[in-house]
Amino acid sequence: MDYSAVFRVALRALTRNKMRTALTMLGIIIGVGAVICTVAIGEGASNQVQEQIRSLGDNIVFVSAGSVNSHGVHMGSAATKTLTADDAKAIGQIPFIKEESPGVGTSGQIVYGDQNWYTHIRGVSPAYLDIRRWPVTEGSPFSNHDVAAAANVALIGTTVMQNLFPANEDPVGKMIRVQNLPFRVIGVLQSKGQSPFGQDEDDTIICPYTTVQKKLAGISWIQFVMASAISTPAIPPSEQQIEGLLRQRHHLRPDEDDDFIIRSPNDLANAQAQSGRILTLLLASIASVSLLVGGIGIMNIMLVSVTERTREIGVRMAVGATEEDVQLQFLSEAVVLSMLGGAMGVVMGVIGSILVSSMLRWPTLVPPEAIVIAVFFSAGVGVFFGYYPARKAAHLDPIEALRYE
Amino acid sequence: MAEKLAQSDLVMESGPEAGTPMIRVENLHKTYDLGEVQVHALRGVSLTVYSGEFVAIMGASGSGKSTFMNLLGCLDRPTRGRYLLEGQDVSELTKVELAKIRNRRIGFVFQGFNLLPRTSAVENVELPLIYSSVPHLERVERAKASLRSVGLEGREDHHPAQLSGGQQQRVAIARALVNNPSIVVADEPTGNLDSRTSVEIMEIFQRLNEEKGITILLVTHESDIARFAKRVVLFRDGKIRRDSLVEGRVDAAQALISLPGIDEDEDDGEES
Repeated sequence: MDYSAVFRVALRALTRNKMRTALTMLGIIIGVGAVICTVAIGEGASNQVQEQIRSLGDNIVFVSAGSVNSHGVHMGSAATKTLTADDAKAIGQIPFIKEESPGVGTSGQIVYGDQNWYTHIRGVSPAYLDIRRWPVTEGSPFSNHDVAAAANVALIGTTVMQNLFPANEDPVGKMIRVQNLPFRVIGVLQSKGQSPFGQDEDDTIICPYTTVQKKLAGISWIQFVMASAISTPAIPPSEQQIEGLLRQRHHLRPDEDDDFIIRSPNDLANAQAQSGRILTLLLASIASVSLLVGGIGIMNIMLVSVTERTREIGVRMAVGATEEDVQLQFLSEAVVLSMLGGAMGVVMGVIGSILVSSMLRWPTLVPPEAIVIAVFFSAGVGVFFGYYPARKAAHLDPIEALRYE
Repeated sequence: MAEKLAQSDLVMESGPEAGTPMIRVENLHKTYDLGEVQVHALRGVSLTVYSGEFVAIMGASGSGKSTFMNLLGCLDRPTRGRYLLEGQDVSELTKVELAKIRNRRIGFVFQGFNLLPRTSAVENVELPLIYSSVPHLERVERAKASLRSVGLEGREDHHPAQLSGGQQQRVAIARALVNNPSIVVADEPTGNLDSRTSVEIMEIFQRLNEEKGITILLVTHESDIARFAKRVVLFRDGKIRRDSLVEGRVDAAQALISLPGIDEDEDDGEES
């Protein structure tokens, strides 16, 4: 018995009762479609998180000045004055650390012409832009020379640019006033959009940290060190080494708390991605329950079909079909049914995920391997749920089957 | 393999020497075990049928004739006794081997036609060939030839519902013949047909028997129909009670001439 004939016979049997076939397939279509759709949404979301992790920067290790405990009163983070630019330099010497930048932050009113804008002012060294993977699109970044000279130069974020400058005006080279001090705009930062934590990253200006320290904030210490580890696995050991180094440099006794806080936003984002993956898995497994229900639907219809076609089975056996032939016939009907359903389900899933991304503006991504798995899985559903009805058909007694009314 | 077998069948057919035992049954018993009760459907049946015979098997319902037919047709196995089909003992064969014998050597014709619904005549006739791995094109060719031999040329694509009872039975006969069997087993083939159509069907059987030398076993309870056969075997209570040659055998072709041809008009009426 050749398989193309088996396939054709199965297809013919299924087209004979189109409505029933369509309804039976619907279970599989919905099941596969739902799985593809949820996987696409999950993959899209996790892809976005990955994208955001990349946008955070290059294996960032973030050290901020910690809280101080003076006579039992905690002062909150960044309250200590113990973190210095020299600490930053020492962190840079750790072998696991590629680059580092000291940082201070303040905020203030910025004025250009008759426009003004209140924004965050960040004081860093040139390495900061590398660590954050944050290129300057127009003009050029400031140099270590500018840092040494505490020059009045600024890089502005696009939000600041839009609020201060008319659309047709090139801000590079223009003088702005920051807290009433004149600064020259030397570059515009590439737009980063929202941070994973919902802040507008472009609503900022970046200046040499020395300038911010001395001229705007009037402090001698720094508030954070932004460092990048040489690789993702190097983040945890570098955190440990930074902790030891800073405790030593700050002369902390073993019973004293750290006066600094070390964080790695990559860890945070990774945790977020991980929880997203778990959620996707959960949703996909709920969706695959409908696949199971679809499979039971196939089994049900195949059982009805075997009963209805008892005479046909008897005739086929009388003219020479073996049990194996009959079993193969009904099994292939179930498999064709479920595979067609699976294929249509893939189409529905892809259409569904396109609709989700266009209407809800959620990012979606249909992984090609999910399509292959879905088709094979639905074929498996057909084999699994078609086996029992096919076996039942094959074990019919030809004499009784021929007599069946 | 398939072709080889088919050929060997052809060789046997082409030289049906009188005296070659086609079927040899010795002391056949069949007991159905229905839990508490045991039903003895056959109680020791012995019969020899030679190649080219046309045997009518008669008997009331419950006489064991259907059970006997099922055994001869290799649809079932005897509880006891031997069944030699063309010299081969088939009483001990496996289900798969029996299926092969049904496929290659036995053609079935049933009372209720048993055609696949919503399936064209040619596809119905093809059915046995599917199970002997004949390639598609050859299947169609042979099915069409078989339909031609029972006078259904031009109806190849008709579905059973579009055919009259007589035509449906002829499709069933074409199906039984398509694999060149040595025996045709017909179980009350005229039971659902009017008298003229019955005679038409008997005419086909007589022609097959005479021209192709096919051995025909015809189960019937109508003595009118049995008179078209050459030999009559009567069953009662699971045993053969009488085994005799038919005297005054009726030639179906002759009988048709004397019958009024009303049915053909009806056939045409059903067609349109």
